[in-house]
Amino acid sequence: MTEATQPALTIDALGKKCPIPIIMLAEQINHIPLNAVVAVLADDPAAFTDVPAWCRLKSHRHVGSYELPQGGWAIHVRRNY
Amino acid sequence: MAYFDAASTEPLHPQAREALLAAIDVGWADPARLYGQARRAHLLLEQARTEVAEALGARPDEVSFTSSGTQAVHLGVLGTIQGRRRVGRHLVTSAVEHSSVLHAAALHERDGGTVEAVGVDRAGRVDLEAFTEAVARPDTALACLQTANHEVGTLQPVAEAAAACRRNGVPLLVDAAQTAGRMPVPGGWSVLTASAHKWGGPPGVGVLAVRKGTRFRSFVPEDEREGRRVPGFENVPGIVAAAAALRAMAAEASRERSRLSALVDRIRETVPKVVPDVEVIGDPVERAPHIVTFSCLYVDGEVLLTELDKAGFAVSSGSSCTASTLRPSHVLEAMGVLTHGNVRVSLPRGASAAEVDRFLAVLPELVRRIRQDAGVA
Repeated sequence: MTEATQPALTIDALGKKCPIPIIMLAEQINHIPLNAVVAVLADDPAAFTDVPAWCRLKSHRHVGSYELPQGGWAIHVRRNY
Repeated sequence: MAYFDAASTEPLHPQAREALLAAIDVGWADPARLYGQARRAHLLLEQARTEVAEALGARPDEVSFTSSGTQAVHLGVLGTIQGRRRVGRHLVTSAVEHSSVLHAAALHERDGGTVEAVGVDRAGRVDLEAFTEAVARPDTALACLQTANHEVGTLQPVAEAAAACRRNGVPLLVDAAQTAGRMPVPGGWSVLTASAHKWGGPPGVGVLAVRKGTRFRSFVPEDEREGRRVPGFENVPGIVAAAAALRAMAAEASRERSRLSALVDRIRETVPKVVPDVEVIGDPVERAPHIVTFSCLYVDGEVLLTELDKAGFAVSSGSSCTASTLRPSHVLEAMGVLTHGNVRVSLPRGASAAEVDRFLAVLPELVRRIRQDAGVA
């Protein structure tokens, strides 16, 4: 786990279907400081692809996706602007 | 209603309908028997085989008819692997093949074989270098590659993949389901599969062509029909209609191809201008003429399809919420593009510019309203 940073904010989107985790991320990313990391917890398989794709489209940085013991992932995103 | 789902199935071509009705009356008998009606059915079947073979670049005795494109793929994949079992049990595919290929691969794996699914780039094109490397593995029994992707339209480098296979003595199965009847079939295949209802033929007819010299052994019990490659009584009326549709489509293909392709260009250029936060995916140039796919951020694909249906447009989607499974499309996943809010527009023969313009006129407001209802500013 390179670039590991303690998330400044955790968004719990477990049990939520896409696009809801992405909508939550878009709403809340501006609540963290620049260059800070937000963790999206999600277990909809679509989120695993869609959060990194959103980062690419919105020019934020997908830091990494880490499996959660209970299933799903913590998907870390660094705010770029 | 504007029907924009030709990649799922092309409406029956009028000439196929005519041929089907005629063949039901005169081609119903068992083509394997020796009396008059049977000889008639046999003659119709063999004429259809010759025409389909010619259109696809095969010899008539290489062509067998199946009951679907999916069945053609299953029999083609597993029969070729069976024929090559002395060489090895390794199967190479791209990660974005049709589910029929992936399902056959899964069965092969459960049966103790090995499978490598080669990745694709952001446009959905297979990584040719990795594919070339994969087929060089000495125990490779078969490689599979589609002509064009069914969800995003991107053309695959079939000629280059075929050359790599040839260098290694590995047979290549080419799945031409999305392009047969619309574009020339690329050469170099060892096994070719296609589906008649995607070129305006009736449902219930697939094509499995096996090149002379390709080792093949049916995976299912054999009988005397269809060169021992496909068991069961042939659907002669359906096959006759399939050949009529292919002839008619091929005759119009070059004109219709550029006309539909220009409409697809119009959609590709206009959608990002009139809908914010949208990604048009697939290769903009190296693509099937009639397919375009885009994804709308923050939009539930099922809701968008329902709204488009109400507005009079039949389209499809690779978003998970629109499928019977919980997983999003394996194609979109492999490409690393948005899987939600996905819309595939695939234009049938004769789709009009007016219909496309009306689609482009209603789409922005539908997307805006869905986003507003979801609380997206």
